[in-house]
Amino acid sequence: MNQNKTLQNNTDNKYHLKTIFPILTILAGVLLVFKAHSSFAFLFLMASLLGSMIVRVQTKLLTSLFVFTLLVALPVAGFKNSFLLELATQAGIYAALALGLNIVVGMAGLLDLGFSAFFAVGAYTWAIVGSSQGSEIFPGVFPLPGGFFYLFLIVAVFTAAFLGVIVGLPALRLRGDYLAIVTLGLGEVVRVLANNLDHPINITNGPKGITPIQRPPVELLSNILNFFGLKSDNAMTYSLFFYLLVLLLIGIVIVFNLRLAKSRFGRAWNAIRENEIAARAMGVNLLRTKLLAFATGAAFSGVMGAVYAAKQTFVSPESFTLLQSITILSMVILGGMGNVAGAVLGACIVTVLNIDVLKSMSEFLGQMRQSGHIYDFWLFSINPANIPEQLEPAKYERMVFGIILILMMIFRPEGLLPPKRDEEKTNASGA
Amino acid sequence: MFQTLIEILPGVLLGGFVLGCVYAMIAIGYTMVYGVLQLINFAHSEIFMIGAVAGLEITRGLQAHVQQPYLLLLCALLGASATGAFTAMAVERLAYRPLRRRGSTNRLVPLITAIGVSFLLQDLVKLTEALWHNEFFLKFPTIDAFNYTIELPYNTLLQVKSIVVIVISLLMALLMYFVVNKTRLGLSIRAVAQDPRAASLMGINPDKVIAHTFGIGGALGGVAGVLFGLQYSVLSPYVGFIPGVKAFTAAVLGGIGSMPGALVGGLLLGQLETIGGTYLPLLTDGNIGTEYKDIIAFLILIVLLLFRPQGLLGSAAPEKV
Repeated sequence: MNQNKTLQNNTDNKYHLKTIFPILTILAGVLLVFKAHSSFAFLFLMASLLGSMIVRVQTKLLTSLFVFTLLVALPVAGFKNSFLLELATQAGIYAALALGLNIVVGMAGLLDLGFSAFFAVGAYTWAIVGSSQGSEIFPGVFPLPGGFFYLFLIVAVFTAAFLGVIVGLPALRLRGDYLAIVTLGLGEVVRVLANNLDHPINITNGPKGITPIQRPPVELLSNILNFFGLKSDNAMTYSLFFYLLVLLLIGIVIVFNLRLAKSRFGRAWNAIRENEIAARAMGVNLLRTKLLAFATGAAFSGVMGAVYAAKQTFVSPESFTLLQSITILSMVILGGMGNVAGAVLGACIVTVLNIDVLKSMSEFLGQMRQSGHIYDFWLFSINPANIPEQLEPAKYERMVFGIILILMMIFRPEGLLPPKRDEEKTNASGA
Repeated sequence: MFQTLIEILPGVLLGGFVLGCVYAMIAIGYTMVYGVLQLINFAHSEIFMIGAVAGLEITRGLQAHVQQPYLLLLCALLGASATGAFTAMAVERLAYRPLRRRGSTNRLVPLITAIGVSFLLQDLVKLTEALWHNEFFLKFPTIDAFNYTIELPYNTLLQVKSIVVIVISLLMALLMYFVVNKTRLGLSIRAVAQDPRAASLMGINPDKVIAHTFGIGGALGGVAGVLFGLQYSVLSPYVGFIPGVKAFTAAVLGGIGSMPGALVGGLLLGQLETIGGTYLPLLTDGNIGTEYKDIIAFLILIVLLLFRPQGLLGSAAPEKV
């Protein structure tokens, strides 16, 4: 009875929140459009959008809020401040990676610590054919014109999925924690190969990396912008182009993810995550199901790799380290394992933390050093000029990820947005 | 060609033995923790790194005051093993014990925590060194007495520090064997490894035993760190990762949970890696470089896990339903 009452109260409270958060979102969006350089407006927009999600605003309203934020507020504000678009694109790329890893870790319960290997394969797929590097292997037609990029997006899907199957065939026969260490090793192997395959045949150009890489043509987009009377230089158009491309791909990935989660395979993944032996007894083919999870996750990662290569016009083995894999893992863990919204949320938070907050802290510290002002506290004083230069918050992302992983595991292993599962019900009836 | 390959063989084997000793010592730490908790303690590679850095700082600090090189080394070893033991126990207390208390059965949870701890420790050391010396790529101080080179037959050169590494690691392995098999603490460690519940009914406090296991493993990791620093001299907060993964491979190779297995696995892996790393470039005219030696360890791990998952000396554990 008592419980019922609190429940009632809760919904009443949430009813107010359900109107407040959408209004806040609109306000923040408008604020961002006018004050595009304000970090506060951006974080405010993200927070109110997240709030709307958490209090479960009606689906239609939530969808329109997202459409407003992603297609109106961000691009318009990004037009003034291209860093916003850069941030959003980066977050989008990571979100797709997190969604891919979410299938492997969250849905199927396979801890993959070498996930950036697939990202690397996708990136190198386009990097090699989209630059003169390809001529080192097959002299002639390389670099391919930018239009081929779309074809190679699909090729990257298949090369990454293929690698997923090759890696998975031996690795997925192993028990849980052995799998983690083997995938970690395989991630290292891919990095070592990328670093050393510049001889005897120069495939990856070794540690120097490959540059410049072709980008797809954007005449269409710049024509559209011109039609609306918007002046946009090349760099700006490309920022907008990649933003929209990533948005489109994220949409596709999310649809895939949701459909897969509800399919026969999704149920099979849940089954092997909860209890491998029971799943096998129910007739789930373990190896095939796990391979499918691995390959699907890899495919998402591969396609974003190709986008990344085109966006940066530069790839090198440095971008595909264990740190990268753990970054993606902490996104999935933070958001909530096995939940699509959670993975996207985790990706956004970690990306913002990584390339906005930590960098701003570094810049702030740098300014303090330069200012020469001495901060006097009650018992001690700090002269910023004496703070060692090696102390740069931007370089301490490992610490941030480490803390995220530990705290989440201890206090909230199900993540910020836990997936809605029926297990509470089954647990209750079992106990 | 063949002549040169044979000629360098003694030196290669010796180098492999030294490397193997370091691997074996780290591997014992992995194996002990795995034995009691069935947890791959990813953070162990960072305990090793912390030991190395602590040893370096102690050597650097005392070098001016302590002239006797062996006394200096002893100080560094003691300090590093204390630091390693302390860090390992702190990690267990702060990160792993809360998970055990909650009684979660998900095996991914402690593993992910361990990765988090490993990353956190790397940057904590980096932060400390940055604040202290404004530099975190460190070089182990040279101690002249240890760099003295002895000439052995067959043109093999042997540095004193290599002998030190070998002697100390074999002593430590013997000590560990004694502790685990002949002392009450060892008895309780074995009891908890076999069945924590039954052990607690026999009046053993599993939490305490687990903490002690972490402590012993950490002390050993710290010693291994100092020896690693002495032998290979270049250190950084990220230096633990590769030897850590290799040592884990060694522990699995020998059979995880088995101490003699860790020793055998470490020595074997050290040999395979050094032989591969030296001979592959020679045999392929440099087309397959020394860097590929890292791949050797992982390939061994995969092949081994596929065909003999219990390792060379381990016993196959049936899957519990």
